[in-house]
Amino acid sequence: MSGILKIALKLLVNDKSKFAALLIGITFAVFLMVMMTSMFSGILARSSSSVYNIGAKIWVMDPAVNNASSSIPMPDYVLSTARSIKGVKYAEPIYFGGAQVKLKSGVYQAVTVVGLDNATLYGRPNLIEGNIADIYGENAFFVAKDAEYSKLENPKVGTEFEINDFRGVVVGLAQVASSGLFGVPTLYTTYSRAITYIPSTRFTTSFILIEPKSEADTPYIQEQIHKLGYEALTRDQFVKKITDFYTYKTGIGMNILMMTAISFIVGLSISGQTFYTFILENLEKFGALKAIGAKGSELISMILFQASFTALIGYGLGVGLASSMIILARIRIPDYAAQVTYTTLGFAFVMVLIIAGFSSYIGVRKVLQIQPFDIFRG
Amino acid sequence: MERVAIRAKGLVKWFGDEATRTIAVRDASFEAHYGEMLYIVGPSGSGKTTLLSMVSGILKPNEGSVSVEGRDLWQMTDDEIADLRLNKIGFVFQDYHLFPRLTTAENVAIPLILKKMEWNKALEVALEYLDIVGLKDRAQLPPVKLSGGEQQRVAIARAIAGRPDILIFDEPTASLDGDTGRKIVEFIKTKILNRERCIIIVTHDSRIDEYADTIMKMEDGKIIGVEKKTEFAPGVEQ
Ligand SMILES: Nc1ncnc2c1ncn2[C@@H]1O[C@H](COP(=O)(O)OP(=O)(O)OP(=O)(O)O)[C@@H](O)[C@H]1O
Ligand SMILES: [Mg+2]
Repeated sequence: MSGILKIALKLLVNDKSKFAALLIGITFAVFLMVMMTSMFSGILARSSSSVYNIGAKIWVMDPAVNNASSSIPMPDYVLSTARSIKGVKYAEPIYFGGAQVKLKSGVYQAVTVVGLDNATLYGRPNLIEGNIADIYGENAFFVAKDAEYSKLENPKVGTEFEINDFRGVVVGLAQVASSGLFGVPTLYTTYSRAITYIPSTRFTTSFILIEPKSEADTPYIQEQIHKLGYEALTRDQFVKKITDFYTYKTGIGMNILMMTAISFIVGLSISGQTFYTFILENLEKFGALKAIGAKGSELISMILFQASFTALIGYGLGVGLASSMIILARIRIPDYAAQVTYTTLGFAFVMVLIIAGFSSYIGVRKVLQIQPFDIFRG
Repeated sequence: MERVAIRAKGLVKWFGDEATRTIAVRDASFEAHYGEMLYIVGPSGSGKTTLLSMVSGILKPNEGSVSVEGRDLWQMTDDEIADLRLNKIGFVFQDYHLFPRLTTAENVAIPLILKKMEWNKALEVALEYLDIVGLKDRAQLPPVKLSGGEQQRVAIARAIAGRPDILIFDEPTASLDGDTGRKIVEFIKTKILNRERCIIIVTHDSRIDEYADTIMKMEDGKIIGVEKKTEFAPGVEQ
């Protein structure tokens, strides 16, 4: 490290109380920003859990549908038309519905029931326990082993329950990629059993899942479905639609955005303010350095170094703090919806750079303005 | 070698705009020589610090010129002036302006570090200069732990560590008691001054007059008299 930067470092860290205040400001800002964005990203990931857990390539739905849990049933001709579109390998209906389960203990628990096409079971989950053919057994259900599993009192193969006054029996446990947002356990069964056990409207097809013959057929399929007045979305498009819905059409996105902006502003003002006082208190010293013969560019490099050094340490502490908070929260609430992603880390990093840049800017301006003559006069 | 270190011609400096203008220095011309200890004396507000700043590249005059070893100081770029200050001129500020967060040795090493000397080497050299001012054993202390006179000596060590040819002191004895002040100036005269150095001291303190080669009196921004105790050839080579 060059001697000048070493002086800059000593001026900074040897002033322990001010350095601590600077670190706290930045750490706090980073912590809040990472927390907010992680929560948001966690919520978004959960909101698309069904789309991830049901491994279909193309989803057909009513254009008004904006998330997997509130579908609008489609008439049967959509399914038969879809099956006849060129490039469709197969198209199967899937049913999503809600029901009340009465557990052995007598407690009621709301569940989501997924009805898989009787013949193909298209979109079925991977099983941890049990055999997929068991789904055809009497009253058979699979239970998703996600974060909500315990709400069904940790059922095993053979556990019995009541669903809307019908008997149900657990025949296996399904693996899921992601837990849902609403804290409701998920059961899988056949399409026909689902619509028998759950009171339904005239139409029962929540979504149609399509497997195209090849990726290249997708645009044509989408076009044909569009002509019917329905929408065919690839998995990623559907996830994006759901994400956009939560981001822009619900309070969640706006609130998180505001909280993030507030934490940024708070962090910016705390750090900017503290750094500014730090520079002000050391102004004489910078002036003395100037008088002794330090060039403007050397003073600038000192300030940039001080600001970025503080920012990077604060960033590390903030990210560490946020991650430990999330880990701690997970211990208490297993399905705590927050995830630290590279995007949230990158976002917070850019924000920290802006804070450091802003603080340096006001510091540099002040230091370049200072006249050694004023120092000299005492 | 030219014996004139600094030649100031017709320096004028004013502050403020036309309505509130105060003229701090009016038409000041003088020469300072190597081997000379030049005092600038005069009442408070007479323009001593202002004059000193103009000849040392810290304050740009409104009129007049300053030449340092034949080069016109105020025609140089900012970076050239910074280089000149770093390499040719050493300052001791009235309030010392030592860095409280650095050790005494690190303070003394600053001009060396600015000259891009490697850190450990700079600290070694700083120790030698602290030794010259008799403070080697205080090297690791922060300057605030030192007495006023000791801090003054640290400031001197810092000023001479870069081996400047011209040393500038503004009121070096102002905040010291009479005895300590005398000792410091005696030290400057006997240990720091030599034939290759020019020392300019601004002072109010008549108790130290005996060490001066030349005493220049200022009043109201003008040089009103020069008392020479040692003769230096006026602006010619040796
Ligand atoms: N930055 C400034 N703005 C306005 N006036 C100034 C400024 N600097 C100096 N002056 C004025 O210029 C005059 C000379 O000031 P200077 O500091 O040179 O005096 P001095 O002889 O060094 O005084 P002292 O013995 O008190 O240090 C004073 O009237 C002072 O008020
Ligand atoms: Mg003065």
